[in-house]
Amino acid sequence: MTAALRFDPIRLPPKCEELRKEVRAFLAEEIAAGTFSPFKPNREDTDVPAFSRKVGERGWIGMTWPKKYGGHERSFLERYVVTEEMRVANAPTRRFFVADRQSGPVLLKYAPEHIKADILPRICAGELCFAIGMSEPNSGSDLFAAKTKATKTDGGFLINGTKIWTSSAHIADYMIALFRTSPPTKENRRHGLTQFLVKMKQPGIKVNPIGQITGQFEFNEVVFTDYFIPDDHVLGEIDGAWKQATSELAYERSGPERFLETYYVLTELVRAVGNNPDTRAAEGIGRLVAQVHTMRRMSVSVAGMLHAGKEPVVEAAIVKDIGTVWEQQLPHRVRDLAAFVEEDVGNRETLEKQLSFAIKTAPKLTIQGGTTEVLRGIIARGLGLR
Amino acid sequence: MAESENIVVETAEKIFADLADVQAVTSDKTGGWKAPLWQALTEAGLPLSWVSEDCGGAGASLADGFGVLGAAGRFAIAVPLAETMLAGWLLAQAKITSPDGEMTVAPASPKDRITLNADGTLSGRARGVPFAKAAKHVAVLASGANGWSIALVDASKLRIEAGLNLANDNSDVVTFDKVSPVTIKPAPKGFDQTALMLMGGVVRSLQIAGALESMLDISVRYSNERVAFEKKISKFQAVQHNLARLAGESAAALAAATSAADTINDDSSFDDDAVFLETVAAKIRCSEAAEKGGAIAHQVHGAIGFTIEHILHRYSLRALSWRDDFGSESYWAVELGKRVAARGADDLWPLVASR
Repeated sequence: MTAALRFDPIRLPPKCEELRKEVRAFLAEEIAAGTFSPFKPNREDTDVPAFSRKVGERGWIGMTWPKKYGGHERSFLERYVVTEEMRVANAPTRRFFVADRQSGPVLLKYAPEHIKADILPRICAGELCFAIGMSEPNSGSDLFAAKTKATKTDGGFLINGTKIWTSSAHIADYMIALFRTSPPTKENRRHGLTQFLVKMKQPGIKVNPIGQITGQFEFNEVVFTDYFIPDDHVLGEIDGAWKQATSELAYERSGPERFLETYYVLTELVRAVGNNPDTRAAEGIGRLVAQVHTMRRMSVSVAGMLHAGKEPVVEAAIVKDIGTVWEQQLPHRVRDLAAFVEEDVGNRETLEKQLSFAIKTAPKLTIQGGTTEVLRGIIARGLGLR
Repeated sequence: MAESENIVVETAEKIFADLADVQAVTSDKTGGWKAPLWQALTEAGLPLSWVSEDCGGAGASLADGFGVLGAAGRFAIAVPLAETMLAGWLLAQAKITSPDGEMTVAPASPKDRITLNADGTLSGRARGVPFAKAAKHVAVLASGANGWSIALVDASKLRIEAGLNLANDNSDVVTFDKVSPVTIKPAPKGFDQTALMLMGGVVRSLQIAGALESMLDISVRYSNERVAFEKKISKFQAVQHNLARLAGESAAALAAATSAADTINDDSSFDDDAVFLETVAAKIRCSEAAEKGGAIAHQVHGAIGFTIEHILHRYSLRALSWRDDFGSESYWAVELGKRVAARGADDLWPLVASR
């Protein structure tokens, strides 16, 4: 028998709905104050420190972390609500989102006490931005081929090499990166990599922005030249990074950001077709809404199972696989349907601008944070094919 | 394959495994398995799962019955179990006692209408009625001058033109020519044909999701056995990726169908927008999964899966046929799209995020 896939029908508890109202009210205020526009996902400056600090003040960063580190000890389902509301509103979450989703949990698990006490409260306050240093010029999906070296020296390590496609490195205060501390062994090619906490904006690190096809500059090349990292910035086991960070991956893969990235074009299409759509538009919208509903049910289900202490690793990979393929197709399907919208509808210009941005964004969605091919490999392993 | 966690579902699975083994059923050209299967299901009270004990049924919960339907999908059950359950549920809405024996429901399409005449007889035509030929009674939803009524009709009083769906199960045209029902009572307030179609759609969604679970299971197993180019085909990345996509389709169907079933309880109103979204989205997404997932299951199996001797078609063709019952995915997509548009753009996300 193939291992059963589980998608328990999880509902968000009532206190999540209270929270949702608070988040919506907050976002409405910020929109009214001109902090950001929900209609402009293509803003040039996606880093808005003031917004980040306000979200921190509300207690919506590090929501699930222990109070002694500035966290709020709330549930993963509550965090889910905040994440999805921000995403749907096109709120500028870039500065804190990676730290909240990934870096903070890694530090909680592997950082020494004094570092946790120093850094985690500042993440929660919305003051710190994190980047993730995984890919290199010659290792992308094949994470364990990383070559950037960490050479042991007095009291720490010297780093030499280059990370690439590093999102937010140009604004980040810290990076959590994988460096090579030993060569791989014959028995285990994943051996020899170690996770480090890297303080950015220091001598020995050069960040070179890389332009993207959307016109934005959100990822970077990061060059390390004899950059010193102290011993207490090692996260986890030396040479043993491959054993770490499996459960975090389930959160990273299954969140609302994995199917809502281009959602705004659907909202704008509904606005453009008006209250009495023809059959073609109605059918097209109906199918898209059925999809987004199903994706959300799957994603909430994984969040609920994680919350209950289960490990839905394959289910999470499935959410990311079909969620990202869907959000990639969405702008094209909306374009199909928009072709028949009246020329003079009020939001035509907004919709066209959004479509142009979403269509240019689409190719990256099935690449970032684990390609479709890698995900399908994980699913295949879960099915017992490898 | 999902393990059941519940005694009613376990009972059903045991009966299916003993008396409706898919390989045995595929090999049996006589249909001799049907009578013993129906007998055992009846003795276990399963066809009337959703009928309370004082109306002649087993009084199982809605959730138990939904679990049985998922299991029925996993075994591609081809006796009118789902139809009798749905008929019993419909009759119970009007507190009409369910008779023994096979039943089905009419209408089975949102476009057909049965009319209650002033003289108390029923007229109209219902197409694509599943298993009408095998049914002893039909549970009918009819519209009259005073709104909706629910009726129990003796099948022998109806003109039934046999038809077959893709899987060669009966899908018949049933004509009501001034037929007098055995019993007829007003439907409860708010209950209409949309409610019946949505409930029928959830039933079919669960069956499709179950069939996809089995298609994934047998496809994985086959790929781990079949050797080509001197290795198991499961070792080819192209095959692995196809199976991963099939797992995705199966997962989407399962999530949508079980979530929709979970929204239905004894007090739920089908007119509620959130319930409408859940039930309609399940039918749309499961139907799409039946197409995409079934195609992959066939691709993995190659020519052997295209033979009448192989078990795959029992799942794949039934899943494709179930798309048509109680409103197709394109029908419901239009209805959902209209409802979303009527609410307006800014009310779309609040609807999606409503539970």
